[in-house]
Amino acid sequence: MISNSSHSEPLLVLQKVYKQFGGLQAINNVGFAVQPGSIKAVIGPNGAGKTTLFNLIAGNMPATSGTIIFQGQEIRGKKPYEIARMGMARTFQNIKLFPGMTALECVMVGRHTQSRAGFWAGLFSLPWTWQEERAIRHRSMELLEMLAIADLADVEVSGLAFGQQRAVEMARALAAEPSLLLLDEPAAGLNIYETAEVARLITTIRDMGITVLLVEHDMSLVMDVSDEIVVLSFGSKVAEDTPPKIQKNADVIKIYLGEDGTA
Amino acid sequence: MTLELFFQYLFAGITYGSLYAIVAIGFNIIYNTTGIINFAQGEFVMLGGMLSISLLQFMPLGAAIAAAVLITMLIGAAIEMLFIRWLVNPSVLRLVIITIGISILLRESALHIWGESIRSLPYFYGNEITTFSLGGVNISPQVLWVIAACAVMMVGLNVFFKSTSIGREMRACAANRTAALLCGINSRNMVTLSFMLSAGIGALAGCVMSPITYTQYDSGASLAIKGFTVAILGGLGNSMAAVAAGLLLGVIEAFSVTVVPLAFQDAITITILLIILFVKPHGIFGSSEAARLKDF
Amino acid sequence: MKTRKLLSLAALALLTAGLHLFTVFSGTQFYLVQLTMAAYYGLVVIGLGVMMGYAGQISIGHAGFFAIGGYLSAALTTNDLTPFVATGGIRILDNLGLLVHGQDIFGADLVTVSPWAACLFAVTVAALIALVIGGPVLKLRGHYLAMATLGFGTIVYRVFLASPYFGEADGISEVPAFQLLPATALFGPLVISGDSAYRVLNYYLAWGVLFVGMALLLNLIDSRAGRALRSLHSSEEAAEAFGVDTARCKVQIFVLSAIYAAVAGSLLTHFNGGIGPNEASVMKSVRYVALVAVGGMTSLWGTLLMGVGLTFLSLRGVFGAFDDVVFGVILIVIMLFAPEGILRGVFGRVVQLFLPGRQV
Repeated sequence: MISNSSHSEPLLVLQKVYKQFGGLQAINNVGFAVQPGSIKAVIGPNGAGKTTLFNLIAGNMPATSGTIIFQGQEIRGKKPYEIARMGMARTFQNIKLFPGMTALECVMVGRHTQSRAGFWAGLFSLPWTWQEERAIRHRSMELLEMLAIADLADVEVSGLAFGQQRAVEMARALAAEPSLLLLDEPAAGLNIYETAEVARLITTIRDMGITVLLVEHDMSLVMDVSDEIVVLSFGSKVAEDTPPKIQKNADVIKIYLGEDGTA
Repeated sequence: MTLELFFQYLFAGITYGSLYAIVAIGFNIIYNTTGIINFAQGEFVMLGGMLSISLLQFMPLGAAIAAAVLITMLIGAAIEMLFIRWLVNPSVLRLVIITIGISILLRESALHIWGESIRSLPYFYGNEITTFSLGGVNISPQVLWVIAACAVMMVGLNVFFKSTSIGREMRACAANRTAALLCGINSRNMVTLSFMLSAGIGALAGCVMSPITYTQYDSGASLAIKGFTVAILGGLGNSMAAVAAGLLLGVIEAFSVTVVPLAFQDAITITILLIILFVKPHGIFGSSEAARLKDF
Repeated sequence: MKTRKLLSLAALALLTAGLHLFTVFSGTQFYLVQLTMAAYYGLVVIGLGVMMGYAGQISIGHAGFFAIGGYLSAALTTNDLTPFVATGGIRILDNLGLLVHGQDIFGADLVTVSPWAACLFAVTVAALIALVIGGPVLKLRGHYLAMATLGFGTIVYRVFLASPYFGEADGISEVPAFQLLPATALFGPLVISGDSAYRVLNYYLAWGVLFVGMALLLNLIDSRAGRALRSLHSSEEAAEAFGVDTARCKVQIFVLSAIYAAVAGSLLTHFNGGIGPNEASVMKSVRYVALVAVGGMTSLWGTLLMGVGLTFLSLRGVFGAFDDVVFGVILIVIMLFAPEGILRGVFGRVVQLFLPGRQV
């Protein structure tokens, strides 16, 4: 069942999206919409195609066919950096920070779309860039503080603990001031307390006005924060509904084979 | 252009093309087993020629060639064991730079041992003006030696990789290193073997080509680029295609003297290389899927 | 961050003056010539260093850009345009003041392009070539990129070697001095020339250019664009995900490094009074790569020190007949044992012996 229609335009719309790798149909006629200001989760067993879906949305790989509309514009076929500049940010399942750079610098890269200083302006250190640099640094520190890792600002990221790296990834994504944030398994590898923290953080992000689309295996987190859930199995959409209805959905229960959906 | 001239160019092209094909196959063997591009490949050819010329003073031609090939194979093995073997997960950049360094070392050693002079092996049959007639075209018998040697090597390698157990083990390593290890194949030795094999065929090619192309301490460099061009043209890792690609490049290069001055001949080849890399890096005969199936 | 940058630049200025004073006191002023040349080569190396170290793109063809800068400067300032002086295009150049009317060694009329115009032209050509080939070349990775750049360098070498206009195997000589600024009431002229009367001036000019080059690169690294470059080296996918147009960044740094090499080529050619095809050779390109590798790919100061230092030793003939071997060995040894470069690799390990846990 598609959820209650909203009065505003959906932020992200997928229609009849297919992705084929040679003989393998990784994504099979998937379509859904994400309303602005909502939190939508994509779940499904391993191999269902969740990460592929993210990669299609973010532009890392081209969809074989179908429509992906973001902020009212078709983005299928656009490059990742173009889509990022339109207001999409993401975190990565296997952390992709920048080894060799400090936590602060990583977050400052996140501010890239919110700043202008170009190559030659940077080379000659033109005066107008100085204030922008200060602003970038200031905002990045603010985000590190928000995620309680301000003390790690000047630490080189490959030396950080896993949970801390996660936090840096989150700060970096927020630095981009996205309208849509893609979270790729934000709770992977975290314990119960850390997962609860993540849940709290996600709702805070939503309250900041950022729409969230997340892929996640941890059912408690998903049921807790999501407004709507899309269930994928072998590349096809099996269900799309609110959490309580998904928990009772017979097809969903079947594909999880015995898991009753209540963590 | 007269028909006779046409055939002259054609045979020149086939001769040089065979040489480039062998160098390309040498690249492919090492690439298939290790994923490394050995920038020193051209030096193996040069060493084969140089060593055989020096050994000729002490033994008959056949023995000198055999010994030169053997020594070059040992050098290949030594290189692998000294520089490559114990690297743990090296980045591509590191490997590229290391093999470039090795190529320089070999070249400079050759310079110090043999000096700058240009040398050559004597013609295997007759001398430089001996020719025989084939359909009205005069060809040096050495050309036949080159083509024969290259053909024998290609057939031999084919048989080796398809029919012998060691050959199959090497192919297994190329296809999937971990699986090969799990089957009990000693992949480290396979890597050493691939270097030896590449060095050997390079050296033999260097010997048979020496009377025609002469050998100099720095002959390796341009051979490496051309061999690489051929390897890429045929699709990296695909040695059957490398043969076709080699002949194609050799012939194009031979006929290019009709349109540009000789001095620019190398520039033509490299421009072809750049065009291929830009347009179709998987080669004319390759496809991006097939590039993953690195079979001989 | 900014004070550290200023301090290290000040240290460089002190080093420059210090080296000069050292040569005065030890009576080795002739060293200044090699130090001048080493500074120009150092300019090539730091430009290449930022590209290889920060953007992670290897180039074994950079001697090509050096040669383009040097050869175009040389050819334009030595080839006589007298037969063409009346034709339209040349007359316009003359009216613009871009031509120099002088005399050759036989006293006949000689019309050439002025060094300033020639230098700007040469550097622009190098930049344009880098811009054009940068796009396709930098889409390649690893071995393919290395081979493509090697191929580029070899083409440039072959073209210069084979062209009569560029002097074929003999190269171009009798390249005139390059007057940067004419004499004023207070100061003499600023001239790039191999003339011993200008030896000290040229030393400071060369190191001044190197200083400026270094300062600009330090600016870049700390800037938004510099962060973008570093991020694309570490994780291209993540950089793209945050709005970095990685393809464009790679081309930009490639063009910048080409400009550095071309400027060095042009100025050094005027200093030396000539240029030969071996400046475009693969060995030179490999040498630049070796210097970047030993300096430490992510340490610009290391690259500068090693670049200038080892080049100076090489020019003094310290390595003798084994000059090329030395650089080959350096490459291998560094890549095998200390891929992070001498400073981080060797010194870093020594530091860790005495002060365990401390990062360099």
